[in-house]
Amino acid sequence: MINTQDILETINMIREENLDVRTVTMGVSLYDCVSDDVDKLCSNIYDKLMSSAKNLVSTAEDIEKLYGIPIVNKRVSVTPISYVGGKAGPDGYVKIAKTLDRAAHDLGINFIGGYSALVQKGMTKGADALITSIPQALAETEMVCSSVNVGSTRAGINMDAVARMGRVVKEAAALTADRDAIGCAKLVVFANAVDDNPFMAGAFHGAGEGDCVINVGVSGPGVVEKAIRRAGDCDFSTLADVIKKTAFKITRVGQLVAYEASKRLGVPYGIVDLSLAPTPAIGDSVACILESMGLETCGGPGTTAALAMLNDAVKKGGVMASSHVGGLSGAFIPVSEDAGMIAAAECGSLTLEKLEAMTAVCSVGLDMICIPGDTTAETISGIIADEIAIGMVNNKTTAVRVIPAPGKGIGEKVEFGGLLGYAPVMRVNPVSCEQFIARGGRIPAPIHSLKN
Amino acid sequence: MKAVITVIGKDQVGIIATVSAKCAQFGANITEITQSVLDKYFAMIMIADISALEGDFAKFADELKALGEKSGLDIRCMHEDIFDAMHKI
Repeated sequence: MINTQDILETINMIREENLDVRTVTMGVSLYDCVSDDVDKLCSNIYDKLMSSAKNLVSTAEDIEKLYGIPIVNKRVSVTPISYVGGKAGPDGYVKIAKTLDRAAHDLGINFIGGYSALVQKGMTKGADALITSIPQALAETEMVCSSVNVGSTRAGINMDAVARMGRVVKEAAALTADRDAIGCAKLVVFANAVDDNPFMAGAFHGAGEGDCVINVGVSGPGVVEKAIRRAGDCDFSTLADVIKKTAFKITRVGQLVAYEASKRLGVPYGIVDLSLAPTPAIGDSVACILESMGLETCGGPGTTAALAMLNDAVKKGGVMASSHVGGLSGAFIPVSEDAGMIAAAECGSLTLEKLEAMTAVCSVGLDMICIPGDTTAETISGIIADEIAIGMVNNKTTAVRVIPAPGKGIGEKVEFGGLLGYAPVMRVNPVSCEQFIARGGRIPAPIHSLKN
Repeated sequence: MKAVITVIGKDQVGIIATVSAKCAQFGANITEITQSVLDKYFAMIMIADISALEGDFAKFADELKALGEKSGLDIRCMHEDIFDAMHKI
C-alpha cells in the first residue's frame, strides 16, 4: 500500500525540485581492442563500443518512462586510452579520439570519457603522446572528455606532469578560442582519480573493472534545498538528519535505475555515485543549499563548514540507500554549472581561494572556473599543484578544470551553453610561481602516521 | 504489478472518465482512486493493476501524458517501485 503523501512528495520532487538521475554511464573495457596498427585499433574500438552500448540510450529512455524520472545523461566511459594506444604517436591518439567521438555520435550518447592517462608517478611513452595530443583531440571532437591523474596519496605528485598540464590547458584554450575555450571544459586534472566515476569530464573505466559495467550518478540539489527550507529554524543535528533522509530518497532512485538498467542491458551493476550535481537551472544549485542553511551568499564565512556538513550528511544518507557506493560521491561545486555559484562569483563573494578551501571538504575540486585569458601556464600549474596537494594529503579525489578564457578579463562572461552553463571570469592571484613549477621532479608521498 | 497515475492541475469535468477510458484501452485495471491537493493544485491519484497490460508501458505512459497536455493537466504514470524504493526501507 503506497501512502498518498509519499506519492505526492515524489511527484513534487520531480515536478518542482528538479529531482533527476544525472547520468547512467556504461563503463566499457577496451583491452581486447589492442592492436599495433592504429587504424585496426580504431576499428576495434568503434565496433566494441557499438556492440556494447548499442541499447544504452533506448534502455535508459524506457526506464525514464517506467519510473517517470528524468535521466539527464547517457554516457560511456572507456579504459584510459593511454593504456591501449600502444605505439601510437600524438596523431594516432587524435585518430582514436575521433573514433570515440564518432561512436558517441552514432550511439546517441551525451559524452564519452576516458581519453585519459594516469601519470602520478611516471609517464609512459603512450601517456606522453596522449597528453601531447589532448588540445588537438579536444578541439577536433565534440563529446570526448579527457582526464590526467597527476598525483595520488600513495605516489605523491608528478610535478613534471603538473607543469605540462598547465601548458596543455593553455593550448586547449587557444585551439578552441573561437568557442570560449570549450576544450578546457572537457579536460580534468586529477589527484586520486577513481576507477568507477560516472561523471564527466573525469570518467574512465579503470584497470580493476570488468568488461562492461553500469554506474549511475544521482543528483538532487533542489530537493535538498527545499527540504532544508521546509525544516526552518532548526539546529545542526536536526538539519543533518533532514539532509540524510533526503539523500536516502534521492539515492534510492539511483539504485533502482542502476538495478533496472543492469538487468535490462545484461551488464553488471557497478556503483551508485552519491553526488549532489548541480545544473545552471534555477532551483538546482549546491550554492543555494548552503545559503538555505543561513549564509547570506555562498563564499562568505561559514561556507566551508556548511559544505562539510552537507557533504557528510549526503554520504551518510546515501550509503544506506545503495548496495554499492563509489565514484566521486559528494557535493560538486562547479562554478559555471551552478546558478548560485555563478551569482556568488559575480557579486565577488566567492573567490578562487575560498573555492580551494571548499574543495578540501567536498567532492571534487576547482571545477568549471573561468580565469583570465592571460593567466600563464605556470600559474595554472601552480593552481593545479595546490589542488592536487589537498587531494594527496587528505587522501581524497581532487581535480582542476579551469578555463583560461582567451581575450577575456576579470568579470567578463564566458558562455558554454547547456549543462556546462556560463561563468564570470574570476580573479587569479597574479604573484608568480614560475620558479617553483620549473623545479620539476616529484613531490614525495605524504606520511600517514604521526597524525598530529 | 501496479502503476501509479497522478493527475495534477485545475479540477475539471470528466478527468476520471478520460483517464479511465485510456486505462481500459490498455487493459490497466484501476483499483483505487484518491484525491488530494499538491500546493494549490488538484491532485488525483489512481492505482492501476498493470499485470495484464496490453502493450508497452512506455506507450501507455506517453498516451496518458499526451491526454493531459490536451487538457492542460500534468498526467504521469509511474511504476509503483519508485515509490516503494524512496519511501520504504
